[in-house]
Amino acid sequence: MTAVEPPSWTGRSLPRVEDPSILRGHGRYVADVASQDRCWYAKFVRSSIAAGRIVGITAPPGVRIYTAADLDGVGEIVASLARPDFVTTSQPILARDVVRFVGEPVAMVLAETEAEAEDALERVVVEIEPLPAVLSVADATADQARLVHDVDFPGDPNTVVDGRIHTPGFDEVFAAAAHRVSVQVGSARQSAMPLEARASHAAYDPATGRTTLHVTTQMPHVIRTGLADVLGIREDDLRVIAPDVGGGFGAKMALAREDVMVVHAARRLRRNIAWIETREENFMAAWHSREQVYDVEGAFTEDGDLLAVRADLRCDVGAYSCYPVTYGVEPLMAMAELTGPYAVREYSVRSRAVLSNKCPIAPYRGVSRPVQVLAMERLMDVAARQLDIDPVDLRMRNLVHEFPHRIPSGLVLDNASHRQTLAVAAEMADVADFRRRQRAARGEGRLLGIGFSSFAERTGYGTPAFAARSAPFELKPSAVADVITPGFERVVLAMDSSAGVTVRIGASPHGQGLRTALAQVISDELGVSPGEVRVIHSDTDATPYGWGSFASRAMVLAGGASMLAARELAGRLRTLASSRLGGLPGDIDLSDGEARHRETGESVPLFVLARDTYHSSHLIPDKGEPALEATATYDPSGTFANACHVAEVEVDPATGAVAVTRFLVAEDAGRLVNPAIVDGQIQGGVVQGIANALFEELIYDDRGVLVTTSLMDYLPPTLHEVPDIEIAHLETTSPQSVTGAKGVGEGGTIGAPAAIANAVSDALGHLGIAVDHIPATPHRLRTAIRSAQAAQAADKTDRETAS
Amino acid sequence: MSQTVPVRLYVNGDRHDIDIEPRRTLADALRDDCGLTGTHLGCEHGVCGACTILVDGKPVRACLMFAVQAEGTSIRTVEGLAPDDQQLHPVQRAFWEKHGLQCGFCTPGFLMLVAGQLEEKPETDEEEMRDVLSSNLCRCTGYQNILKASMAAAEEMSG
Repeated sequence: MTAVEPPSWTGRSLPRVEDPSILRGHGRYVADVASQDRCWYAKFVRSSIAAGRIVGITAPPGVRIYTAADLDGVGEIVASLARPDFVTTSQPILARDVVRFVGEPVAMVLAETEAEAEDALERVVVEIEPLPAVLSVADATADQARLVHDVDFPGDPNTVVDGRIHTPGFDEVFAAAAHRVSVQVGSARQSAMPLEARASHAAYDPATGRTTLHVTTQMPHVIRTGLADVLGIREDDLRVIAPDVGGGFGAKMALAREDVMVVHAARRLRRNIAWIETREENFMAAWHSREQVYDVEGAFTEDGDLLAVRADLRCDVGAYSCYPVTYGVEPLMAMAELTGPYAVREYSVRSRAVLSNKCPIAPYRGVSRPVQVLAMERLMDVAARQLDIDPVDLRMRNLVHEFPHRIPSGLVLDNASHRQTLAVAAEMADVADFRRRQRAARGEGRLLGIGFSSFAERTGYGTPAFAARSAPFELKPSAVADVITPGFERVVLAMDSSAGVTVRIGASPHGQGLRTALAQVISDELGVSPGEVRVIHSDTDATPYGWGSFASRAMVLAGGASMLAARELAGRLRTLASSRLGGLPGDIDLSDGEARHRETGESVPLFVLARDTYHSSHLIPDKGEPALEATATYDPSGTFANACHVAEVEVDPATGAVAVTRFLVAEDAGRLVNPAIVDGQIQGGVVQGIANALFEELIYDDRGVLVTTSLMDYLPPTLHEVPDIEIAHLETTSPQSVTGAKGVGEGGTIGAPAAIANAVSDALGHLGIAVDHIPATPHRLRTAIRSAQAAQAADKTDRETAS
Repeated sequence: MSQTVPVRLYVNGDRHDIDIEPRRTLADALRDDCGLTGTHLGCEHGVCGACTILVDGKPVRACLMFAVQAEGTSIRTVEGLAPDDQQLHPVQRAFWEKHGLQCGFCTPGFLMLVAGQLEEKPETDEEEMRDVLSSNLCRCTGYQNILKASMAAAEEMSG
């Protein structure tokens, strides 16, 4: 017999198993569960004042209303880290005495239909005595600043995280450097804006006393823990199900106060209660992100080596700490990862989270990394100009190329291809050709620009990485830790008596195609086809405890655990097969639903081995268990994907509008399990990055009222704003990922803003205009262009007058 | 506000006689009264297009139309797109083959938008298709594969 390599399912762009039901309109989202149930509906009365004292809440008779006074026995949401600089605050379920942002839930009304609940909402009157609102980091940290929370701030006022790193050699190296280059970058507030806003439906079962919550979340197990803790009930009194989820992007990985109320009311009234968030509420109250300003200074040698980076990072985190990842999520990520793929030796950073009377922040695809990369990539372009070095050469010179490499914050970059992705991107971009086109266009009054962005995307990180956000702490003998440390993923794999394969996972996919991709990985190990593998997820009654789907982690962690479990089960099948076919387990190959002896060619169907196990258990050769099961956990410290993005833009000098005319991605996400899915993640991510760079911005007025509360004010791109996105893949594997796959969920969003900011800055460089703050909206660019043109004209007049 | 009026809707070839408040939107009536939850609501102010359906063959935002206005019209929703349980409509098949969906929330709206366009004008070229697709929002895919799928469906339906 010649050995035949079994076909690999991994690496193929299989159409997704998730799709047929959705395409037929049979998807089941939370609002669909509510629609077909005779449930009552909840609506929330929200504060219209950014900061104030609640003087009175009145509702006419007949309106079923809950206020904070009705919440006896209900706790508050507390999300904390064990760090000396971390200031803990508490999030009440309904505002108690004071309101801290516009949109904060003050009361809940219930009615038998959604329309009647909306009617009831209109009849509730809330009187609030306004207080001065804290609306900027500068105001919040000023000496006599009003405190958003009445707690003790050991450092600056309203400063809830104040992290610092200062490497021992920094001062000397920084002071001695030949060149220092500084940039200030910033991002406006953004909304992740999943197309399905938040929703929940709680059903109380009088027979069991349990409540089933359907909720649009990325982390059902963690949400169940949070709900049980706040409500003071046992976790097994709750079953949490995330049915089809209409996008998350991070905004659905936080415990919502509204969900606590829905479960509380369902339990108290023994009724089914639903809450379907409106788009306006979603903009006001469903978590914001990325309102950040960074001052970054790089110290370079004469030749362009970046020796040291000094940074001051400020994140406006709004009014409360999101559960479970806390309001430390933005500044702590930025502090740890700022220097990215560059071989910086010395680092001095201060990174702060500062409270304000605005909507609290939660993660949004990439979290701080779009701004981190904007900072480093603007620094590279500004330095290139200042040192008169080609920007691609300057990057190439400084990119890490030997691995593993420890960056100054202590993180270790594993195998990656920073220089190679830059080289591939530069070749695709053909900069020399672009410069010719740029010059020709300039002659016609058209402004073209090109911009690069090289970055590392930390993905698939487990418990070790999350533990590093806190200082080491010891558990008290009888008390739980008051800190939540996410990380591992666990799967339970089983083959049934008909040889069907089921895997139950703690991760909670919501559009990423994980069911398809895991089936591909498992099929290769077990020698079955992906159609025979069923993936069960997002139901706390049916899956092992897990942290969910976020942070570009599911393929690495749930994929790794699935591979490990499948290998164990495959070992069991080989043992069973060798007792029938002779030889050793190592002689047996699994493929096409059969176990085959490699030498003799004799085979036995897996179906027969499965029937042996369950139906003739008295004949199991080694007196093994009558089961074909394997459980595995995967909890690595994390692996870095990497990429280089290139944007070409054209700026209309009359309107300030930017057209992204070309977008290139050289991506290295390790081994591609399903290339079509990977490309889909990159494309979707890049478009969210284009949005961050050019369009999307949540705007508060000077009283702290959000003015961008509809899709006519907040502007996600349509197809018209999006170019074709060209993608090239490299596949560098790493010992940090057992499948070889690295995470790829966030990279598009992380790299695109910097590439576009650099491209627009290139287009407008002759006018002295640089894009350091995003989004670069038409209004901002037009204003900058006009003032630059006016200054140039005045300068010319001066010179003419002088001569 | 509990006064109701009788309304007769013809949806995907079925007759639905429902009693609803006059203020009920067509989207809510389809979802809650007709049990057709494939039509999704993403914004309820007519921008996102997730609730796009066909009314007498034309794409319509079901959130911007009252159900009473649809009295007597012929309505098609995503549930009525496939000819049967075994086959998909060419647009559905193209979206599956070209990976034109991720979370799937916007998908029914895009399917109806494209199906409406191609049934009226199968020879739609890419430039026009870009205009058509720019009616709706998708937050996951970056539109690349939605465009590819729509053009693949156009090729099949015009061929």
